[in-house]
Amino acid sequence: MAYDNRNFIQKLFKMPTREEKQAAREATPEYQAINTAGMTLTIKDRAKNADQLAKAQKIGRILFLVLVYAFLAFMAVIVLFPFYWMIITSLKSTTEIRALQQTFFPTNVLWSNYITVFNSFDFGTYVGNTLVVGIISTLGTLLTTIFSAFAFARLNFKGREALFGILLATMMIPGEMMVITNYITVSRLPWYEFGVGVVDGWLQYKDAVFASMIVPFWVSVFYIYLLRQNFKQIPNELYLAAKVDGKSDWQYLWKVMVPLASPTLISIFILKLMGTWNSYVWPNLVTTNNEEWRLVTNALRGSFTNSSGEPQYGIQMAATILVTTPLLLLFIFFRKYIMRGVGRAGIKG
Amino acid sequence: MAAENTPVNESKKTNPIKDFFGNLFKPKERVSADAGEKNNWKAWLYLAPTIILLSVFTFYPLVNTIFIAFLKNYDYVTQSHEGFTFDNFGVVLGLLGKGVGGAMIPRWQCIGFESEGALGYYLDAAGQQQNAYFTMDVIRYAFPNTLIITFITVPVSIIIALLISIGLNSIPAFQKMFQTIFFIPYVTNAIAVGMVFAVLFDYKGIINYLFQLGNLTWIDQGAPTWRAMIALCVYIVWHSLPYKILIFLSGLQNIDKQYYDAAKIDSAGGFKTMMNVTVPLLSPQILYIMITSFIGAFKEYTSVVGLFGKSSTDGGGTNNLYTVVYYIYDQVKGNVQYGAAAAVLLFIVILIFTAIQFKVSKKRVHY
Repeated sequence: MAYDNRNFIQKLFKMPTREEKQAAREATPEYQAINTAGMTLTIKDRAKNADQLAKAQKIGRILFLVLVYAFLAFMAVIVLFPFYWMIITSLKSTTEIRALQQTFFPTNVLWSNYITVFNSFDFGTYVGNTLVVGIISTLGTLLTTIFSAFAFARLNFKGREALFGILLATMMIPGEMMVITNYITVSRLPWYEFGVGVVDGWLQYKDAVFASMIVPFWVSVFYIYLLRQNFKQIPNELYLAAKVDGKSDWQYLWKVMVPLASPTLISIFILKLMGTWNSYVWPNLVTTNNEEWRLVTNALRGSFTNSSGEPQYGIQMAATILVTTPLLLLFIFFRKYIMRGVGRAGIKG
Repeated sequence: MAAENTPVNESKKTNPIKDFFGNLFKPKERVSADAGEKNNWKAWLYLAPTIILLSVFTFYPLVNTIFIAFLKNYDYVTQSHEGFTFDNFGVVLGLLGKGVGGAMIPRWQCIGFESEGALGYYLDAAGQQQNAYFTMDVIRYAFPNTLIITFITVPVSIIIALLISIGLNSIPAFQKMFQTIFFIPYVTNAIAVGMVFAVLFDYKGIINYLFQLGNLTWIDQGAPTWRAMIALCVYIVWHSLPYKILIFLSGLQNIDKQYYDAAKIDSAGGFKTMMNVTVPLLSPQILYIMITSFIGAFKEYTSVVGLFGKSSTDGGGTNNLYTVVYYIYDQVKGNVQYGAAAAVLLFIVILIFTAIQFKVSKKRVHY
């Protein structure tokens, strides 16, 4: 007899075992009437055979792709729409912008908004300021970054890991903590003027204001981290070979490491420049004494409202385009460097 | 793709959490270096510019700002103060008000309030009723607004970014094109695009026109706070998508194809595969994005300035969209000690949130 798998209740009431049930089923005339010889075997998954399943999968895949493309296209439209609206608004008159019937293309293209911008908004000065501040602070950042990344990646010194840990930890501190004290520091610095001597009021002088927009931003811990990772991947053998050739550390850094890491350095350069172009908070704090020292972004906000406080959107958008276009041009030409750099870092102003 | 073989590309394969936070918390990690030779003085020479600049503009300010947060009646021009106190935190949180003669009156000693709690009445020693003035900017506007912004924009943008990047990862053609399009908002100026969104959300603007909402005010003076908040959140999500998509997509592209083959053999459906394969394998990137975007959302400022200009927060207008950082920057040239106290509080909140996320992730993140 086969293994009895009944539980104690089934045993108690003497219920049939599985084998007994099966034997009883096979004994019925209906069961014996089944003709197994005339049957074919089909394997079905959810009521479909293999051909149908392959077809269904193909249709499902196409349907899925159509849905994905539709979703992506829809999101792309949402992402791009503000840019489109910015462009056409910059070519509209104020009455058309505020009209009851919104138009998706200006009824008469108004280039005069741009002329107004150039006449009323000192674009050249602001761009000049931004470029001076941006380039000097970027070059400074590159130098400090290269030196520190080299020390952290290549040189062996006491406390290296501890110091690097401290540096990374500073990135978790919100910048607002620094801005408060840094503003107090620069606003209390004395300024030296030729012929006059030491005078109070650092922020009253153009060079001083520019220096305060540049020097505090000469160090970026994230870029040090980024470049150190890059330097560390340069094989040790190159260093030893350079040592055999009698090269000093300094020569090795500039002749071997910097050229090898140039893609990262280009990324850092562009991202830093873009960061200066976009910086708002700090320039806004230190340039309050003279509007002509402002950078592009903080000059942009708050301009172009008419006497009654109504914003003149057409002119505003024209100015916005002038501020946005250089960034987009940089993106078009350096897309690879920007996306690679951002993938590891992100813009830090 | 000439630079395909440079080390930068190789480094993309490691995950950001592991090599960033790993370094932070395991500083003992061995780094390849020249054979044991110590270059102490030379290394410090190379590091000198960085250390000097960091000391002046990072370490000193950090200590000094915490110090200022505990000073009583600090004047940054003359550097004078009247000793140490915890009152600044109370004032920032709206718990302490200025009574007669600069006396600090706790909120619970007041017998009545007016103008949304900014004005309280208390009885002085002689039993006379006096006014006490409270700062409600943080507790009534800045802190709730910041929390709302954080808890709306972070999950929404992460989900949208995940969907977009999973979509991007599964299409056979036009991937590069879409990827570029979705990245464009990143390379724009937060102030400039904020102004564009102000045009979109104008009461006679395209949003009202497209959705046939009439002359609803979103961002103008007099708009209700919740509608202004919607406009702000839409803008923040739009602006924060590119970075998230970039990180998620590079994570997705590093997932081994064999996991998907295994899921296919088990005949797991698309959604099931996404929830049980894609999301767990992407969890390091998701955690990294969660932490960075939580911190970013807590520090939201330029988006508010871009969208609303200065007008909507000045003088506690009806659609007051003060954020914590906005409050801090408003105090820089005036009541520095309150700004410093608020900055310290912000720092603590950010630390707590980051710690919680690390704790939670210990159980849920799969490396």
